[in-house]
Amino acid sequence: MSIEILMPALSPTMTEGKLARWLVKEGDEIKSGKVLCEIETDKATMEVEAVDEGTLLKIVVPEGSEGVAVNSVIAALGKAGEKYEAKQTSGRADEQTSKPAAALTPLSNISAQSSQALSQDFVYSSARLLVTNQGRIAASPVAKRIAQERGVNLYAVIGTGPNGRIVKEDVLNAVQQTSRRADEQTSATKLPTPAQAIPAAAAGPNAKQLADLLGQKYTEVKNSPVRKIIAKRLTESKQTVPHFYLTVDCELDALLAARKALNEKENAKISVNDAIIKAVALALREVPAANAAWTEEAILKYTDVDISVAVATADGLVTPIIKGADGKSLVQISTEMRDLAARARDNKLKPTEFQGGGFTISNLGMFGIKNFAAIINPPQGCILAVGAGVKSAVVKDDKLAIATVMNVTLSVDHRVVDGAVGAEFLAAFKKLIEAPSVWVK
Amino acid sequence: MTQSFDIIIIGGGPGGYVAAIRAAQLGKNVALVEAKHLGGICLNWGCIPTKALLKSSELYYTLQKLDQYGLEAKNTAFDLTKIVKRSRDVAGQLVAGIKHLMKKNKVTVFDGFARLAGGGKVDIALNDGNKNQISAPHIILATGARPRVLPGIEPDGKLIWTSKEAMVPETMPKSLLVIGSGAIGIEFASFYRSLGADVTVIEIMDRVLPVEDEEISAMARKAFEKQGMKIITGAKVAKLEKGKDSVTAHIEAGGKTETVTFDRVISAVGITGNTENIGLENTRVQIDRGHIVTNPWCETHEAGVYAIGDVTAPPWLAHKASHEGIICVEKIFGVPGVHPLDVKKIPGCTYCHPQVASIGLTEAKAKESGRAVKVGKFPFIGNGKAIALGEAEGLIKTIFDATTGELLGAHMIGTEVTELIQGYAVAKTGELVETDLMHTVFPHPTLSEMLHESVLAAYGKAIHF
Ligand SMILES: Cc1cc2nc3c(=O)[nH]c(=O)nc-3n(C[C@H](O)[C@H](O)[C@H](O)COP(=O)(O)OP(=O)(O)OC[C@H]3O[C@@H](n4cnc5c(N)ncnc54)[C@H](O)[C@@H]3O)c2cc1C
Repeated sequence: MSIEILMPALSPTMTEGKLARWLVKEGDEIKSGKVLCEIETDKATMEVEAVDEGTLLKIVVPEGSEGVAVNSVIAALGKAGEKYEAKQTSGRADEQTSKPAAALTPLSNISAQSSQALSQDFVYSSARLLVTNQGRIAASPVAKRIAQERGVNLYAVIGTGPNGRIVKEDVLNAVQQTSRRADEQTSATKLPTPAQAIPAAAAGPNAKQLADLLGQKYTEVKNSPVRKIIAKRLTESKQTVPHFYLTVDCELDALLAARKALNEKENAKISVNDAIIKAVALALREVPAANAAWTEEAILKYTDVDISVAVATADGLVTPIIKGADGKSLVQISTEMRDLAARARDNKLKPTEFQGGGFTISNLGMFGIKNFAAIINPPQGCILAVGAGVKSAVVKDDKLAIATVMNVTLSVDHRVVDGAVGAEFLAAFKKLIEAPSVWVK
Repeated sequence: MTQSFDIIIIGGGPGGYVAAIRAAQLGKNVALVEAKHLGGICLNWGCIPTKALLKSSELYYTLQKLDQYGLEAKNTAFDLTKIVKRSRDVAGQLVAGIKHLMKKNKVTVFDGFARLAGGGKVDIALNDGNKNQISAPHIILATGARPRVLPGIEPDGKLIWTSKEAMVPETMPKSLLVIGSGAIGIEFASFYRSLGADVTVIEIMDRVLPVEDEEISAMARKAFEKQGMKIITGAKVAKLEKGKDSVTAHIEAGGKTETVTFDRVISAVGITGNTENIGLENTRVQIDRGHIVTNPWCETHEAGVYAIGDVTAPPWLAHKASHEGIICVEKIFGVPGVHPLDVKKIPGCTYCHPQVASIGLTEAKAKESGRAVKVGKFPFIGNGKAIALGEAEGLIKTIFDATTGELLGAHMIGTEVTELIQGYAVAKTGELVETDLMHTVFPHPTLSEMLHESVLAAYGKAIHF
């Protein structure tokens, strides 16, 4: 007997969807867990895995079909060589239940054969739901009531009760998940994020459940949409971007002196950070390979040198951009940076002022941090973490001497920039910082 | 040599011995360490012996109203020594049964006091004076609890009793003070009152059986007072002064202090977990108000150390201990489909006269939760069987979520309700809604018909009232 694969519901409210693509063909040997096809709704595209094993006898619904009803037969599994004959049971589940015919079959007519067929009616749909061809769902009465009341499609709910029975808790979880997904959807439209949603974290108690359980005390600070996006992007970056790190020490004394002289001459307030922005920009001109981003098809080498600079705000990090930094004077950079930082803290930046950029600088030197490694700001390929300038003992001409040393660490996306290129960029940067007379003017 | 096991269980009460049997059923090599008596408090000094005592007192009480049944008995009397002996014999019989079960399941029982020695090791001070060490990757603490002692009313075992002494009286006190009106206090109050003692119950809260539904609490109080019990709520015993063969209690109530003298006093003011001297100091196990902190899988803060039953959080009931034992073991050994215990689905019973039983939310709690509720009530007087039994006092109350039809709670008082509550426990675990219960057929004539009628009443459809 063949096993029918049913159109799964991807969300509690889904009633139909598009069968976007088949990833297997008739005659293929199917193992449980194999991805069979992709299904699209207005909200998402999801892969459907096989639960049962066997040979794919027939693809009932061809790819590209739209408006496929949840729970209708989309394919059939069986033994190799077996022929699939459609049972008269495909279609919407609730249509099935409303047909009393089966129940009215006179007892005498039930032969051994049909009773066997009856037991075969119990099939697992591809989405791991315990359903029968009669459209019956194993769910507790309370679960059914809540589902009805909240408009939850029980076919989309995974049961955790005895023998996979759907219990109240499962429906309540489904309701919560849908509203959470809806939340994500709305915040995702606000900022373009390149990648798909991060897979849900492994099941287990979250910090709040654990704290409640263990009686830990806390206050809750609601996450702003901005913080949620930052959290998502950082997680995505750290989980999907292959980071490596390069560290170098730079002596600052010459730069500090040159900056002082320039500030006096121009009556300006150029900070060390302004100078670092400029040095990074010039170094990127020398090593343009570090001013780049990854895409699946190609590495993008940015033509312009646009530097994102991390600014801490109450809501989290924001990275306003000094565009064309290599062509700007230090005084220009300084004025622009002050303005951007102030508006960033007031949440008044225009999207064009913080979206884009090819390279990021994050400076924690003012907090006395000696060195740290930053998380790459995708889709950019590099981020430079800048530490404090600290008077240190250094060896010069085989003698101990004192110098103001600043430690910088470059985090690099290895898909975009290799170790040697990263090192070349840092060498150029170090040279510029230690020989400022050429450019600090 | 340290003998090693798959799992070690410390404490042989209803938590520990059930866990041991379940682990053995899963084919594990199980060690159970018990310091005093298999069966724990429940079989030896708790549930079972008290129920034996209460059967005697209930029969005696019935004897007093035989006339009502058209019967007559002359010179009715009781022999306290025999009542106590029967209670001890019942306990003894069951303890022997547990020994047999351990043997049958090939559980290795060590008679001695166990102590965690770190790294999965357990030191045992054997009762025969020897020492032993065993080890296992999983250790379940099921050490139970003991009566809580409040300053000023420390039990001495002679004049001021805990539940243990109250269970084996040598003489019948003429007057008795029971401090605390929880299940344990009320059961003893009921026992001694039925046998004729003058009983006073002091409760600090504003009602007796304070965890029960308020309406049931009030009905219980009325019934007890009708039997001649004196009940003082919102009151506190500040001090006890011991005389030669009596105790004078300083009772504070409504801003005034009164001194009353009693023959004996029973302190039933709660319990505290047995967490001392079992080696917890060298672990990360955390203790909150005398009981071990666990997660829903009975895991403590120390990996490989678990805790179940009375030594953990309430409710402190034997069936809760046993159920946790099973969940804990099944979770450890990866049995699929294990679910954490839902406190709202644990029935609680008090075997006083009349009996009280409940499950889930009280009416007040259900309303507090912000839900629209439907409440059904059915009195015993509307039930044929109750009237035939001559037990027409009582009530069965059900509380439903008005939107989902979920049974949120059930509360009952009356004869044999401790046997009835289970019907609703099944309904709650199966997540049945009102219609399932309405469509269930209940046999006639039984007290169980009231379970049906109460549900019908919640929806304005009760037949017999
Ligand atoms: C008077 C009374 C009446 C009760 N009536 C009821 C009732 O009607 N229904 C109900 O459900 N509950 C009732 N209870 C409560 C019930 O007895 C407990 O909930 C139940 O016994 C808890 O089981 P447990 O296994 O957690 O602990 P216990 O039964 O307390 O067992 C713990 C065991 O561990 C042993 N032990 C402790 N420390 C060590 C150690 N270090 N090494 C070795 N062994 C150790 C002890 O000797 C004891 O035997 C009553 C209690 C009392 C006192």
